[in-house]
Amino acid sequence: MIAFLKKYEGLWLFVHSPSAIVAAMVATLIILGAIFASWIALVNPYDLASFSLFDGLLPPVWQDGANPKYLLGTDDQGRDMISAILYGARLSLIIGLSALTIAAVIGVGLGLAAGYYGGRFDAVVMRIADVQLALPAILTALLIDGIARGILPAAIQQDLRVAVLTLAIALSLWVNFARTARATTFVQMNKEYVQAAIMMGQRPSRVMFVHILPNILGPLLVIMTVDLASAILLEATLSFLGIGLPADSPSLGTLIRIGMQFMLSGEWWILWIPTLFLIALVVSINILGDFLRDIFNPRLR
Amino acid sequence: MLTIKDLTVKFPSRFGDFSAIEGVDMTIKPGEIHGLVGESGAGKSTVGAAVIGLLQAPGYVANGILTLGDTDLRDLTAAQAHEVRGDRISMIFQDPQTSLNPLMTIEDQLVETIQAHSDASKTAARRRAVDLLEDIGIQNASQRIKAYPHQFSGGMRQRVVIALAICTDPELIIADEPTTALDVAVQSQVLDLIKQLARERQIAFMLITHDIGVIAQVANRVTVMRKGRVVETGDTAQVLGAPKHPYTRALMDAVPPLDQKIDRFRVPAADDTAVMQGDTAERWLLEGQQYGLTGLALENLTVTFTGQRTSLFRKPSHYVALEDVTLTIRPGSIMGLVGESGSGKSTLAKAITGLVTPTYGTMILGDTVLPFGSSRSRHHSSRQLVQMVFQDPYSSLNPRHRIGDILTEPLRFYGFVKDPAERTSLAASMLSLVGMQPDAIIKYPHQFSGGQRQRIAVARALLARPRFLICDEPTSALDVSIQAEILNLLKELQARFGLTILFISHNLAVVRQMADDTAVLRNGKIQEVNTTEVVYQSPQAKYTKSLLAQTPEMPKSWRH
Amino acid sequence: MVYFIVKRMIQSVFVMLAVAFLAFSLFRFVGDPITQMTGVETSVVDQERLREELGLNDPFVSQFIRFTGDMLQGDFGYSYRTRQPVADMITERVPATLELGVVALIISLLVGVPAGVYTALKPRGIWTQTILMTTLVGVSVPTFVIGIMLIFLFGVQLGWLPTFGRGGTVQIGNWESSLFTFSGWRALLLPAITLGVYQLTLTMRLVRAEMMEVMRSDYIRFAMARGVPMRKLHYKHAMVNTMVPVITIIGLQFGGVIAFSIVTESVFQWPGMGLLFLESIRFVDIPVMGVYLVVIAFFFVLVNLVVDLLYVAIDPRLRLRELE
Repeated sequence: MIAFLKKYEGLWLFVHSPSAIVAAMVATLIILGAIFASWIALVNPYDLASFSLFDGLLPPVWQDGANPKYLLGTDDQGRDMISAILYGARLSLIIGLSALTIAAVIGVGLGLAAGYYGGRFDAVVMRIADVQLALPAILTALLIDGIARGILPAAIQQDLRVAVLTLAIALSLWVNFARTARATTFVQMNKEYVQAAIMMGQRPSRVMFVHILPNILGPLLVIMTVDLASAILLEATLSFLGIGLPADSPSLGTLIRIGMQFMLSGEWWILWIPTLFLIALVVSINILGDFLRDIFNPRLR
Repeated sequence: MLTIKDLTVKFPSRFGDFSAIEGVDMTIKPGEIHGLVGESGAGKSTVGAAVIGLLQAPGYVANGILTLGDTDLRDLTAAQAHEVRGDRISMIFQDPQTSLNPLMTIEDQLVETIQAHSDASKTAARRRAVDLLEDIGIQNASQRIKAYPHQFSGGMRQRVVIALAICTDPELIIADEPTTALDVAVQSQVLDLIKQLARERQIAFMLITHDIGVIAQVANRVTVMRKGRVVETGDTAQVLGAPKHPYTRALMDAVPPLDQKIDRFRVPAADDTAVMQGDTAERWLLEGQQYGLTGLALENLTVTFTGQRTSLFRKPSHYVALEDVTLTIRPGSIMGLVGESGSGKSTLAKAITGLVTPTYGTMILGDTVLPFGSSRSRHHSSRQLVQMVFQDPYSSLNPRHRIGDILTEPLRFYGFVKDPAERTSLAASMLSLVGMQPDAIIKYPHQFSGGQRQRIAVARALLARPRFLICDEPTSALDVSIQAEILNLLKELQARFGLTILFISHNLAVVRQMADDTAVLRNGKIQEVNTTEVVYQSPQAKYTKSLLAQTPEMPKSWRH
Repeated sequence: MVYFIVKRMIQSVFVMLAVAFLAFSLFRFVGDPITQMTGVETSVVDQERLREELGLNDPFVSQFIRFTGDMLQGDFGYSYRTRQPVADMITERVPATLELGVVALIISLLVGVPAGVYTALKPRGIWTQTILMTTLVGVSVPTFVIGIMLIFLFGVQLGWLPTFGRGGTVQIGNWESSLFTFSGWRALLLPAITLGVYQLTLTMRLVRAEMMEVMRSDYIRFAMARGVPMRKLHYKHAMVNTMVPVITIIGLQFGGVIAFSIVTESVFQWPGMGLLFLESIRFVDIPVMGVYLVVIAFFFVLVNLVVDLLYVAIDPRLRLRELE
């Protein structure tokens, strides 16, 4: 009954929670926009031929001097703002989701094993995690970037930008997954169904993935939403600092960095449109994350 | 002087209001120990919480009269109600460990409580606290009082809790399962203490418990509750000895007696879902019986655990869980293993099943020596021949697997049945054999009650076609009436399929009912081993004798 | 307990060694130190001689030992970019970052802890809902956006506060502090708030969650049943018990503050370690990068160690053993 009620209850709570609904709608819109960017957008911000400087610095449609073709105006290069943020969101999401997946696979795998085997293996994993934790996320990301810059020949640096960024962010996130997976695995190890499986003589990998894993998914799911928000923020921060994605394939962070140049000169939309968009995206993810957390922890209701 | 009339407590939920208790009547006089007994979900804790005004939100008192002496308890402001708490009514809970603030000394907690309800100075309050602790039986109170809660043992902690409850001289104390978490000896002392307090200080007690033996031992009067309503109330001797209501009668029938062995518990016919059909499963199990009856012999079994390192210079301390255990379980019989918490009974089960590695000794199953835990191969025959039924029905089945998957797992793993469809039908048949509907196959564990889950656990164990079954406190988490059904089921299965069973429990009465032979375990050492009759009628070991004496039970004179 | 302390210290040393190893690997394997230092004019022969002199042909382990030894003595090598000793460059910048970090942390604690306690004790109040909504947004807005917004509002539109630099500074021994001048404080305000906001929201959420958990515990219920005055219940019992797990997280947050200072320093052009690090990344100035790594890890490990020890000091369960 509980799984059914949970589903039912989850749905009921969702339907009665206005913030969750709004958040889901916003998030869906943004995600859909990002996915279908190439169809919706007027210009492809990466294709240098598709826009021109002459269209540059046009304000949004409700101000004087606007071109109705570009609803939210254009930036200094002549790129349509709407297209820019859609493509930017897409990049941010791709990087965020990939980094998250890598971090999750590594983190959960290590955490599960550490919880199951305990002893020395656990101690080793925890020490590695300690070292990783001694270096805060931004630092790790910056370091990886710096190292890549130092090691890779300049030619392929640009192409590998996205991969390096993804790896950097993933490395800063895996510890979260590992710790949670480990803690929840410890709890499950004391449960009798796990002891029954071990007693039966089942392979460790089967006990871990068929028996334990389905039972620790709840808290992991909550972490995933929180970390997705972190990953997106981290990527935006890196791009803002100039170390992430460059101006010719901009993510939302890069757009904000570009926009900052125009903060004092009156072309406010180049800065604030991407900013608001980023905030909207992350806020909706966080609301959904909070919502999920409340579902999995009924006592907090 | 506590009067409850027509009390109704409701909990609003999105599905409508749910009545936790309805129309409850009760009176308790000064110095009276009033037992409130019922199975889980009966609403007994709710009654206590309502009286002291600590209902879990969003519960509320929908109806009824609650008076303590001249005071109408429902007609108080929040501040006044909080004044009454501690001053006139107090409450103690089940777990002494979590009832005390771990970061404050006992002294601080006592002094704070005393000062909250009187004008005593700190020194005076301190003196009162020390005197109180001595009264309650804590020696060296003036030194002990400076300690923190975690430094006391369980029994001592519960005494401290009681001290905290009486230090303000209340008229009524509500005790919610106060001895359930305690060992038999400690429980006995705490119950004596309660009797003493009621007698000497004329404190009234509302003693909430599910343990009928406890009621029989200390309560003057008793109220029986079921599903939120009062079923019967009266003098203890009458209600327990000659119950009027059919529910009370059925309840008393289900209580295992300590002084005799009955063949099968009397269970209401409608609820009797002990062994039913299940021909396929039955035939399949009987096939396995041709391998004969299997006994288990343990010789000098010793299990030592190395503790955590706590000091740079001293080696980590050793903890001897089992010492020199020698035991023979006759093929086809039921051996009962009795012991309190920490006696090592679970460790014994884990040693036999290979979850724990013994330091020394021999284990012989049938005629094969069992390899020790870490060296036992995953495919060793004992992994199939020895199966276990665990204590906690809520954690012994994987919550994310369907019943069908849980049941067919042993069939698949041990290679008994190759065809998936055949496996499912065998599993369904086994479900019927243990008294469940076969359609449970597609459901999830949380859709079932504790008793039903234990049946499923038994079915799973049987689907490995074991010859030896370990039951580790299989009914300790179940209500008394459900316990009776499960015990009946186990007896029936054992008789029909020639299983050898090691039945572990801390409940002496239950072991009496189940076991042919009994072993008594204390601190890892066997105190006594003999046939059940001998151990219970003429025990040799001092420990056994005191255990039997301290187990609360209903006097024979009451039973008709 | 002594054993516990020793064990923790050994763990810390291990972590530091691992980080030093990482930094060392950076030095050795990312780019060629010789080419960085000498430029294209130097002949190959001279480069080889330099390599031999600097001991760059020695076995890996001995180089690592030398590296660690040097570090312990305060010799951090020379920057590729400025040719100055890294040690000087960093010590020059440490005060700025530390002052910023500490002020930000204080802000986050002074606001975050009371807010957390309040929202836990009055879960349905209108203020609670407002605070919760605000913190949700606070957690979702990246630090640099907050910085930009503050600059825009207070610096550009209102013109009340400066938008870059440290303001006037005072030299105390080796330490160049901006806390003693009015202009120093004016310059510190916006960056500190920016840095503190994120920490604040985290702290508040944490304190709230812990407090709500504690309020549900049995000993609180028992204290209520005994009629302990509500005020005492909330503060002496609940809040004190909440602080214990919160302390550990605060320790971690300090590390986060130092790290996030990179972003804040960038936005406000605050001359601290973070800005230095950013520049070093841009120029692939390996020595500075490596040393920054070690310094940050050191702060982190130190803070965590102190927090762990504090934990033991406060929680009697870890200190004292059973009486019987």
